[in-house]
Amino acid sequence: MKIAIPVDKPNLAAGVNQNFGRTPYFLIYDTETKEDVFIDNSAAASQGGAGIKAAQSIVDNNAEAVLTPLCGENAAGVLNAAGIKIYKTVRDALVMDMINAFMEGKLAILEDIHPGYHGQVGK
Amino acid sequence: MDKSANNMRIAVLSGKGGTGKTLIAVNLAVAAKDSTYIDCDVEEPNGHLFLKPEVVQEEEITVKIPAVDEQLCMGCRTCTYFCRFNALAYINDKLKIFADVCHCCGGCVLLCPVEALSDIDKVIGKIQKGAKDNINVNTGILDFGVESGVPIIKKLLSEYVPDSKDLTLIDCPPGSACIVMESIKDVDYCILVAEPTVFGVHNLNMVYELVKLFDKPHGVVLNKCLEGENPAEKFCIEKGIKILGRIPFDHELGTINSNARIAVRESEGYQKLFAGLLQKVTEEVHQHEAVTHPQR
Repeated sequence: MKIAIPVDKPNLAAGVNQNFGRTPYFLIYDTETKEDVFIDNSAAASQGGAGIKAAQSIVDNNAEAVLTPLCGENAAGVLNAAGIKIYKTVRDALVMDMINAFMEGKLAILEDIHPGYHGQVGK
Repeated sequence: MDKSANNMRIAVLSGKGGTGKTLIAVNLAVAAKDSTYIDCDVEEPNGHLFLKPEVVQEEEITVKIPAVDEQLCMGCRTCTYFCRFNALAYINDKLKIFADVCHCCGGCVLLCPVEALSDIDKVIGKIQKGAKDNINVNTGILDFGVESGVPIIKKLLSEYVPDSKDLTLIDCPPGSACIVMESIKDVDYCILVAEPTVFGVHNLNMVYELVKLFDKPHGVVLNKCLEGENPAEKFCIEKGIKILGRIPFDHELGTINSNARIAVRESEGYQKLFAGLLQKVTEEVHQHEAVTHPQR
């Protein structure tokens, strides 16, 4: 199963980024093969609708789940339409810790989808 | 065009809400006796609470957003790549449109190679046209959750300023963003309203920079004036900005205003103050006309 995570840096020691739409990179991680691919988030510089564009690239990379601390309603709209599940991570977590937590079934579904942009309204 | 014999447009603006834009715009409209008041503060229009117009006409304001014919869409994604606001996404062989993100440029409809996209109307608010006691009162009202009221203001200022009146007062939204630019771009004069605090100076500076950028003749009304130093007044003197008038921080005025009554009608002192302010602004506009059109 392929999962997508917003990350600060393009390596496995990176932290999870707080901002789904405008994160600099996404890690696409295959939980079976352990293969990791880092992609540039071209949505980061968008004038608007960054969450939509970022979610589109997650869809296009065939991820089946997203691990993120926050997610806006527009991004969630795209992910839901594609049937991608969104799991809530801890803030300031390391990406490998969250992948392990996910594989052990310890991450809950992200329920509090925030309105507005840039995670400003998020908790 | 000689503005003295035609419709003179005066905008009232400030860098933040609650400085007294509506107080001044409404009282000037009443002091003029025969005028038009346009409420461009479409997110929270409140001039009508004071002027209490009888609404004679209501018009829905719409913008164009794209709609997709799924039978025709072949998934080329030309539209999703084009849209700089990312209002379109292509998921599971279906185009998804985010109407709230769309800025209504129409580009996606133009570019679609198979004409799968077409324009549909989306209601964003309305304009109420009304009048009372020789004052036309036209109010823009933006629906909740809509991003931009600019289309409503465009319509208000292009179609709701009657030629029959000599004077139009435009009550602007607070701040100095696009929506304020749209409100002032065709006015003859800008009245900047300022509070007597350091914060007030910061906000005054925002609109001062804006009217300079738009090259609009302007002056300041100092509102809520107290005894002692007034930072906004100091700012005006330093920058050489014309001070048009001073309104005191006055219990009587606050009481009249909070009861949605109009000071010009209730108090002789305020009748004089606003008539004087109107006179001064009119002179300023004519003076500016004389400078920019010396042949007249």
